[in-house]
Amino acid sequence: MFTSTMQWEAVIGLEIHVQLSTKTKIFSGASTAFGAEANTQACAIDLGLPGTLPVVNDEAINMAIKFGLGIDAEINKVNVFERKNYFYPDLPKGYQTTQLEKPIVGAGHVDIMLDDKSTHRVRIHHAHLEEDAGKSLHEDFAGMSGIDLNRAGTPLIEIVTEPDMRNARQAVAFARKLHSIVTTLGICDGDMSQGSMRFDVNVSVRPQGQEELGTRTETKNLNSFKFMERAINKEIERQIELIEDGGTVIQETRLYNGDTDVARSMRSKEEANDYRYFPCPDLLPVVIEDSRLEKLRAEMPEMPEARKARFINELGLSDYDADVLSGELATADYFEAAAKAGGDAKLAANWVMGELAKTLNQNDLDISSCPVSAEVLGGLMARIKDNTISGKIAKQVFEALWKGEGANADEVIQAKGLKQVTDTGAIEAIIDDVLAANPKQVEQYQAADEAKRGKMVGFFVGQTMKASKGKANPGMVNQLLKKKLG
Amino acid sequence: MSNTSTHEKSLAELSRSLKSKELSSVELTQSYLDRIDALNSDLNAFITVTPELALEQAKAADAAITAGNASPLTGIPFAHKDLFCTEGVKTSCGSKMLDNFIAPYESTVTANFKDAGAVMLGKLNMDEFAMGGSNENSFYGPAKNPWNRNMIPGGSSGGSAVAVAARLSAAATGTDTGGSVRQPASMCGITGLKPTYGRVSRWGMVAFASSLDQAGPMARSAEDAAMMLNVMAGFDPKDSTCMDRAVPDYTATLNEPLKGLRIGLPKEYFAEGLDSRVEQVVRDAVAEYEKLGATVKEISLPRNHHSVAAYYVIAPAEASANLSRFDGVRFGYRCEDPKDLEDLYKRSRAEGFGSEVKNRILVGAYALSAGYYDAYYAKAQKIRRLIRDDFLAAFNDVDVIMGPTAPTPAFPIGDKSNDPVAMYLGDIFTISANLAGLPAMSVPAGLVDGLPVGLQIIAPHFEEARLLNAGHQFQQATDWHLRKPETV
Repeated sequence: MFTSTMQWEAVIGLEIHVQLSTKTKIFSGASTAFGAEANTQACAIDLGLPGTLPVVNDEAINMAIKFGLGIDAEINKVNVFERKNYFYPDLPKGYQTTQLEKPIVGAGHVDIMLDDKSTHRVRIHHAHLEEDAGKSLHEDFAGMSGIDLNRAGTPLIEIVTEPDMRNARQAVAFARKLHSIVTTLGICDGDMSQGSMRFDVNVSVRPQGQEELGTRTETKNLNSFKFMERAINKEIERQIELIEDGGTVIQETRLYNGDTDVARSMRSKEEANDYRYFPCPDLLPVVIEDSRLEKLRAEMPEMPEARKARFINELGLSDYDADVLSGELATADYFEAAAKAGGDAKLAANWVMGELAKTLNQNDLDISSCPVSAEVLGGLMARIKDNTISGKIAKQVFEALWKGEGANADEVIQAKGLKQVTDTGAIEAIIDDVLAANPKQVEQYQAADEAKRGKMVGFFVGQTMKASKGKANPGMVNQLLKKKLG
Repeated sequence: MSNTSTHEKSLAELSRSLKSKELSSVELTQSYLDRIDALNSDLNAFITVTPELALEQAKAADAAITAGNASPLTGIPFAHKDLFCTEGVKTSCGSKMLDNFIAPYESTVTANFKDAGAVMLGKLNMDEFAMGGSNENSFYGPAKNPWNRNMIPGGSSGGSAVAVAARLSAAATGTDTGGSVRQPASMCGITGLKPTYGRVSRWGMVAFASSLDQAGPMARSAEDAAMMLNVMAGFDPKDSTCMDRAVPDYTATLNEPLKGLRIGLPKEYFAEGLDSRVEQVVRDAVAEYEKLGATVKEISLPRNHHSVAAYYVIAPAEASANLSRFDGVRFGYRCEDPKDLEDLYKRSRAEGFGSEVKNRILVGAYALSAGYYDAYYAKAQKIRRLIRDDFLAAFNDVDVIMGPTAPTPAFPIGDKSNDPVAMYLGDIFTISANLAGLPAMSVPAGLVDGLPVGLQIIAPHFEEARLLNAGHQFQQATDWHLRKPETV
């Protein structure tokens, strides 16, 4: 295998299609709900029947504006829908109504945290509104193709970044942040498996230090963050190997298959259409009044960046913890609810990022389908905080809660008799037994100097805890042991 | 009951006769169906006649009149250009492409007539997809001018003009993208009005050029047209380009005196290419207005000569996209045994569209293509703005602009069918009102060689009432609008 001697740098830009969660389509009154029987949610307008006309869904405009406000972008107060002309069976009118010259959202930016915990800014070139196409179904029709136009006319914003990412991890960090932004705004359900967010990645490579960009390819069909990371790494590798073997990268569109982890060429630039864009004469320019902008600004929820700052400043979390916990809307909401119920933000942060994340991961579950609610986890935190149980016992309680053995921490603690022993007399009795059973260790301890004693006391703590079946309050055990050992 | 006199009655007179029960809607409708039966095979005005539906609507109208629920148009038979979608009745747009198309919805214009209790006799012939000025581009063959059946009736709303002129319908609807209401009205001796762009909803009208298309009334008089526009005009939330603006009662101002009306005659409208006999008709009509108290001055629309060029870029460009939906996939004509998708597209469109439609799709696609957009489409849009500016400047000094509707009277069928540029130049006086979005009307003003000639009147945006008032006053003073073809 050829080993690279040159230092290469990848340059990555993203185009993201975000399905807006409006109730009806962007230009018609048909429902946008996913999963209905084919062609039952396509009205005459979606079918492109002659004489039908589009009327812009105001809610789609509002959502696009909110997105713009959410990434600190300028909102173009006069924006224009255009027709992008091409023939395809799932494109009923023979053109897609989209925006080109005057998109609704202008330049903005999204900040991401890199692995070295530094902050990196990804610039957004623009975001525009457009209608989705239908779907062509190539199976089950005996050599023919079926068309399902339920999706046709679903509102999308297409977000185009500048080529500001340099590796797959950055691209994924950006994608996650964007996911968090649109779900926080409530403008998209964020379900990548159903195509609610579709990421296309533009990748090129160039020798380290070179200013000029290499030829880029576009890879489509990345319906999870995992696939996205893999596909980008693969494409970077492919391009480097190709160039080092004396080849050249062709500008093309590639389709990635997550199941096989293989991308194949879909079409090259030469085959690209002349889309003959022109302003759609059926739609007047969208004019956004200042009053509308201000109303929407007032409705804006707390954005991930602001939430992160609040987690740091008000809840006392570290930069890193705050970044992780604010990174996804469901996680952030869960954490905050748990912290509130438990009365200890740091403790809740440790648990959400630790035990809970680990268990979710092991069970391949999303936090949104976690069997232990934030309030219940908070209740558990409260029992740690008030010394009812130790952190170690808490893990047992958590496990029981996960399995559904009790509605809350108190029930589990009660049923299993896990309440921490805080009675000085009871703990002393256990300690006495432990010391009596280990005379040699007691002798060694008493002969040791202060520095060594610190380590040796751990043995007695462990024995005492074990004898108490973990229920003795570890702080008290420590304190009483030191007193008794002298 | 004398059929002749019945078919000469104005809409207002018909309305009164129906309300007084002097005449029933069923009788009236049947009498029109009889005339259609007798004359349509020759005139070819109708693509579809709907006798059962018409009589059913007539019965309902009679019941509504008896119940006292009648509007001014209740029970009066109309016919619609075959590009207004009519639920359950074929809408062909004059094309093989839509010969099998039955819309599952009703256009706003035809729905407004229905809601007013009007009767629909059928759907009227037209140039395919409204592209043409002679009605020769219809898949169903040309409609014939009732004044001389060797002559074209004008287009694209040729069937509508023929139906009204030949008294096959009390009045009709048309659409006007570059003169398609006014020019056939002129050539068939009837009154046709193109409203301000945005005055009438385009919902359910098969689109030709969306930024220019506008539906209008075609009738025997300005008064009839006013009654129709009362029903046709108004805001429609289903059309984003339709204006939310109050609709006046257009009949209320018909009798305003014209004293002091300032008429502008653009010198560019009386230039080379205008038949001198047509010019004489127009000048005589203007003299008639002076008698009615109007003042006349010459004005200039300096950029008017660019209008045909700009129009024949913008309209085909929009059409090239509007007609992409006719792809053989979901509705309309589909070729036999397509080999694959590309074959399906190519043959369905090649076989389904006529040659003029294909010409315009090609021209439009070319004008929008990469590298040519700025030179053609963008420049045409600039010219369009300048033409509009010329009009707005002119309207600082005059109330209406007058001139010929068409440079010539009707010409023989087949005469210009091989010369598209000569055909396009026939639109030279009508196109600029579409480009500027202005309301314009053609009223019968005289005869040349036994063929009617229309006077065109153009008004500022949303001043349809001014046009109708001017037209009505002219028709009170003259009888050109009452002349009818000898053969009918």
